[in-house]
Amino acid sequence: MRPFDYQRARTLSDVASAAQQGAAIIAGGTNLLDLMKLEVMTPERLVDITRLDLKAIEETDDGGLRVGALVTNSDLAADMRVRTRWPVLAKALLSGASGQLRNKATTGGNLLQRTRCYYFYDTAMPCNKREPGSGCAAIGGFNRIHAILGASEKCIATHPSDMAVAMLALGAKVEITDRAGNDRTVSLDKFHLLPGDTPEKETVLEPGDLITGVVLPAPVQGRQIYRKVRDRASYAFALVSIAAVVDVKDEKIARADLAFGGLAHKPWRDAALETALVGKPVSEAAFDAAADILLKDAKPQGSNDFKIPLARRVLISVLKEATR
Amino acid sequence: MQTELKINGDKHVLDLDSRTTLLDVLRHHIGLTGTKKGCDHGQCGACTVIVNGRRINSCLTLACMHDGDEITTIEGLGTPDDLNPLQAAFVAHDGFQCGYCTPGQICSATAMLKEAKAGWPSHVTEDMASTPDLTDAEISERMSGNLCRCSAYPNIVDAIREVARGGKE
Repeated sequence: MRPFDYQRARTLSDVASAAQQGAAIIAGGTNLLDLMKLEVMTPERLVDITRLDLKAIEETDDGGLRVGALVTNSDLAADMRVRTRWPVLAKALLSGASGQLRNKATTGGNLLQRTRCYYFYDTAMPCNKREPGSGCAAIGGFNRIHAILGASEKCIATHPSDMAVAMLALGAKVEITDRAGNDRTVSLDKFHLLPGDTPEKETVLEPGDLITGVVLPAPVQGRQIYRKVRDRASYAFALVSIAAVVDVKDEKIARADLAFGGLAHKPWRDAALETALVGKPVSEAAFDAAADILLKDAKPQGSNDFKIPLARRVLISVLKEATR
Repeated sequence: MQTELKINGDKHVLDLDSRTTLLDVLRHHIGLTGTKKGCDHGQCGACTVIVNGRRINSCLTLACMHDGDEITTIEGLGTPDDLNPLQAAFVAHDGFQCGYCTPGQICSATAMLKEAKAGWPSHVTEDMASTPDLTDAEISERMSGNLCRCSAYPNIVDAIREVARGGKE
């Protein structure tokens, strides 16, 4: 690990002044320290935000929930309000990482975790995300875990989060404070970026921005499901995952809020697919048509070709379960 | 970087390079070599210790971030002459072969049993709102952050199940 200066923030303005000097923010550290050990990330300064007062889970006036950025994945998954009203989120959190990691990993950090692309992690290989302009070794390389949707010529990495997939299906918003102390809110579907020509830019955050929390709107009517398919039964990243909030009225689909993990550079949501489902009678034909829409522009990369039929099957299976 | 840690009840004041992980402090600065370094990347669980009551991977955290924290390692749970119930159960059920992962398994299981007692669900819990019984499937899922390359898993589950049910089976 390269040497760095360490500073513990007591206030938001401590974070702002450290950010002015180019400090990287550390909270749980489960991803950042891993990357620093491999010298994939080499910050010269770290500002530790773990002592900031961002650990509350509070109900909002309109029946939603505000989750502080430093709430651990464990605490969020164990919260009885989450377990009873947003179970898709509890399930997604518990499908990620291990008990030890969830005790450290935070809500804000989970959103900001980096891809697990093997070539991003290997500093001997080219990677446009790690070193812009160096090329992409995943294209034409081993790309079993890589994207089939929304990728670019520059990057085919996937976002590894489960939590963010559930939050996306739930319509969450991210609360951000900038280094001047101004607050703003960004809808989670606008928070992560597709790789395009700048895969090193993964979110709308600017230097000095701090995530202070995530707000879930009040739960809507419907069955909540999180389905994750991976190479082993536990403690592995998703090949395909789906968070679903689906409601049926009079044998017809009244709501289909669906988000996908493992398929793209960001948690994926497709409005056309949801529009196509809503109002349709519950039927295999409707589910098939939805899968066609999801995968219409899918581009496999060789080792991940299997993700196209897998995503189709998982989607149909989840819709069947949700409408049963 | 001056850091104060309370390890197994003893206060230690250390002057550390900011890069020092909690794991390296325990092993190299304090001499508590029970906690093991396996992968050093949070993937194997051999370095699991209990910090302020919660199990974490000590390899993936900086010691300087734990100023004032209370840390329990395998040495703090029991001694060869006075094994705690989980340690005794691992011996009785042969919950290991080479033993390298065992301190991490036992620290992890200690905190996991507390999590289960507090009613935390797991990924295999059917109903997120329920308080599940600690079935073998629940134990395996909750312990999945601790790898055993000798694959002593059935015996590890036996040991943990015995303690979870409050005694010998």
